Amino acid sequence: MGSRASRLLREEEIEEIKKETGFSHSQITRLYSRFTSLDKGENGTLSREDFQRIPELAINPLGDRIINAFFPEGEDQVNFRGFMRTLAHFRPIEDNEKNKNPSATEPLNSRTNKLLFAFRLYDLDRDDKISRDELLQVLRMMVGVNISDEQLGSIADRTIQEADTNGDSCISFNEFIKASFVVNIHICTVVLVLVNI
Amino acid sequence: QGRLYFSAIMPSRTVSHGSSGRLRGLFLVMVLVFLESSVFTLAFASSDQHSPTTAHSDGHKATDHGSHNNTGKAFPVLDLNYENVRVPFEISLWVLLASLMKLGFHLVPHLSNIVPESCLLIVVGLLVGGIIRGTGETVPPVLDSKLFFYILLPPIILDAGYFLPIRPFMENLGTILIFAVVGTLWNAFFVGGLLYGVCQIGTESSSILSRIGLLQCLLFGSIISAVDPVAVLAVFEEIHINELLHILVFGESLLNDAVTVVLYHLFEEFSGIGTVTLVKGFLGVISFFVVALGGVLVGVLYGILAAFTSRFTSHTRVIEPLFVFLYSYMAYLSAEIFHLSGIMALIACGAVMRPYVEANISHKSHTTIKYFLKMWSSVSETLIFIFLGVATVAGPHDWNWTFVTVTVILCLVARVIGVVGLTFIINKFRIVKLTTKDQFIIAYGGLRGAIAFSLGFLLEKDHFPEREIFLTAIITVIFFTVFVQGMTIKPLVELLAVKKKQEAKRSINEEIHTQFLDHLLTGIEDICGHYGHHHWKDKLNRFNKKYVKKCLIAGERSKEPQLIAFYHKMEMKQAIQLVESGGGIKLPSAMPSTVSMQNIQPRPPTKPAAERAIPQLSKTKEEEIRKILRTNLQRTRQRLRSYNRHTLVADPYEDGLSDLFLKKQKMFQIEKKVIFNLASPQSPDSVNLLDEFGQANQQEEEEQGLMMKPPSRPREGKKPGEEDEAKDQQKLMRCLSDPGPSADEDEDGAFLP
Repeated sequence: MGSRASRLLREEEIEEIKKETGFSHSQITRLYSRFTSLDKGENGTLSREDFQRIPELAINPLGDRIINAFFPEGEDQVNFRGFMRTLAHFRPIEDNEKNKNPSATEPLNSRTNKLLFAFRLYDLDRDDKISRDELLQVLRMMVGVNISDEQLGSIADRTIQEADTNGDSCISFNEFIKASFVVNIHICTVVLVLVNI
Repeated sequence: QGRLYFSAIMPSRTVSHGSSGRLRGLFLVMVLVFLESSVFTLAFASSDQHSPTTAHSDGHKATDHGSHNNTGKAFPVLDLNYENVRVPFEISLWVLLASLMKLGFHLVPHLSNIVPESCLLIVVGLLVGGIIRGTGETVPPVLDSKLFFYILLPPIILDAGYFLPIRPFMENLGTILIFAVVGTLWNAFFVGGLLYGVCQIGTESSSILSRIGLLQCLLFGSIISAVDPVAVLAVFEEIHINELLHILVFGESLLNDAVTVVLYHLFEEFSGIGTVTLVKGFLGVISFFVVALGGVLVGVLYGILAAFTSRFTSHTRVIEPLFVFLYSYMAYLSAEIFHLSGIMALIACGAVMRPYVEANISHKSHTTIKYFLKMWSSVSETLIFIFLGVATVAGPHDWNWTFVTVTVILCLVARVIGVVGLTFIINKFRIVKLTTKDQFIIAYGGLRGAIAFSLGFLLEKDHFPEREIFLTAIITVIFFTVFVQGMTIKPLVELLAVKKKQEAKRSINEEIHTQFLDHLLTGIEDICGHYGHHHWKDKLNRFNKKYVKKCLIAGERSKEPQLIAFYHKMEMKQAIQLVESGGGIKLPSAMPSTVSMQNIQPRPPTKPAAERAIPQLSKTKEEEIRKILRTNLQRTRQRLRSYNRHTLVADPYEDGLSDLFLKKQKMFQIEKKVIFNLASPQSPDSVNLLDEFGQANQQEEEEQGLMMKPPSRPREGKKPGEEDEAKDQQKLMRCLSDPGPSADEDEDGAFLP
């Protein structure tokens, strides 16, 4: 790795990322420049502090969780590949991609993977179930401090009651998928209208 | 001569649903007789216009007789004076006719399934007009443009705007705007231009058609090209199409008003002056923005005013709905003063004021607003279609085969090409692409209606000698779209298996998840440094929360997060359903914090119903519980009533609800104690209501007597809740007006997203 100023993304890297994530050339370049602008330490990786420096993220109720989602299990640094891999979840769903290579793993931006990403944001302890407490934490983050615990509790209870089909008072991934079916999952897509810099 | 048919029809209380066919037939016969009589009255009344002297002389004679012989003449016990009440009488008669027609259609079996209501109403109008003409009288010019634009149209638009589903509308705003603006422009120029070409080329130079100038044709094109919201509403309401298509076509019909207004005035002025310059064309473009944005601005201003006013209405709840209607109407009229788009002003006003007004007003005012809007818009719509029928008979007509057929064909072709072409471009920018089926429905749903006719009616005869040809063509197009397209769209929707409206109500899961995704996507956009759709929406929400809500919402409700408000609304609705269905098994729910209890009026939360069936108690146990509770509840209620007067601000109109509310509050406190006392590790779902009452008893009597033993299964404790629910049923029934039609889901969750 060289100094940040002269560290350009090599063509092979771009190709690799393109194949893995499906982003286009211009999108990768643009996101790379964003990556480097966030990387104040100039070491080619981002730490949690780099993310927290983004002002809007600080006031986002889910800010911390989103940041955590970028970092693989137990690590504190994320490189550009990892950055792109997480962002790839938010590309628009392309149906023809599935037909091209049925034996390959599902693309990162498939519907299931998008939902899985969202699910993991709820499910912090990675036990593949959203428990009442985890739900309460998310609700608490979203509604702020003025609402009493009891009321949040009743909302959480109601939510679980609606979604829970096997009666374990937790929401599993399948139940999560079914409960969100009315929500148009195409929402989970950031349309990156990019200009060639 | 002075015959007057008083309303000899028995009111419809003689008819009950499901009554024997004879009663139904009798009612229909009465409707027909009434129809005849009302028509004759109207005919007589309109003839009065031509022979006012007769009536006057009648009146004179009567008074003369009265004043002449003061001594001998008897005091007229029964006098006749129709002239005084003529106008209101006629108006009432028309409205009554419209309403009876609406009733009648639904009594005739199968008719409303095949033929959309709008068609039937036009036929009725034709009949009425025909009958009037048949009796030799001239048909009154009922579809007066002033009446239409200032009286009949606003309720429909306000109803649409107030209950506009904001979220789908905003998400598809780009698409809607492109269809409305570019699509209408394309239609106008295509139809106008080609029509001119046909007129010039296709006919002989001596024919009347060749004298129609290009500008007139373009004006005609702009009148005929606008999709009509009234017609779209009338037809689409019955086919229950999926939300996306509905909002696309409907939104287009609303927003193209700005384009129509600009084009209409532009071409009208050009035809008057006769010269077209580039500067004028450029000014026309600018005026479009002024008209559209100005209209929206006016609407937003009045909306904010209305919201602000509603903040102070906590002591005069009765007139709350009036503010909503008045401010909206003023917005419409103010926009019309400046030739801005009144429709857009009305939509903007309704959509802007709604979240704040709903947070401020009482539940009953909310119901009042909903029902008045629905009632007025329904009556308006009915009247518009009937009047269209009557106006068709009234004429004046000038049928020109070439012009009319070419117009109809061109309209269809232009619509199809426009939709297909625009979709091709739009799909490049949409996440959810529009399929061919969608395009077909959008194209097919481009109905024309009374707005086009009224605009044509407004044309002055001296500027437009071909006015009658235009009117005839407009009416033909309207008839074609409403009858042919209106009748066939339902079977086509079935045939093409277009996705229907999802009947599922918005659940709390969906709401949470939607908000969750919003936050998530905003965060991702921020990480990417991309200022997209979510970023700005989030900024707007923050601004709204921080500043706007504080100004416009009274009291503590201003701090209420959207999720909580949604939850309350949902619980409230379920409570109402519960009461209506006669009580059921419920789970206890926690109460809101003391903070929001200050403001009881809007939504005192009540217990939600359990979604799943919980095992029923046996009959004997039920009886036992009921007996025990009956004694306890009365005691509790009396105690609570004394609290009511002194401690909390109680709305005299909602004492029933606040009573229930207080009872729940009490129970919640007890529940809290129970949760702490029972060191039970079970989930709170299994908290035992019976235990609570046991505790309540303990508290009240300071003794162990009447302590209820909880039954073995924890969940059975929910049954007692039913008891007091049943007791309060009557009170609730009185206080809550009936929620009525299931059009509820359309209006839900449309808070400022």
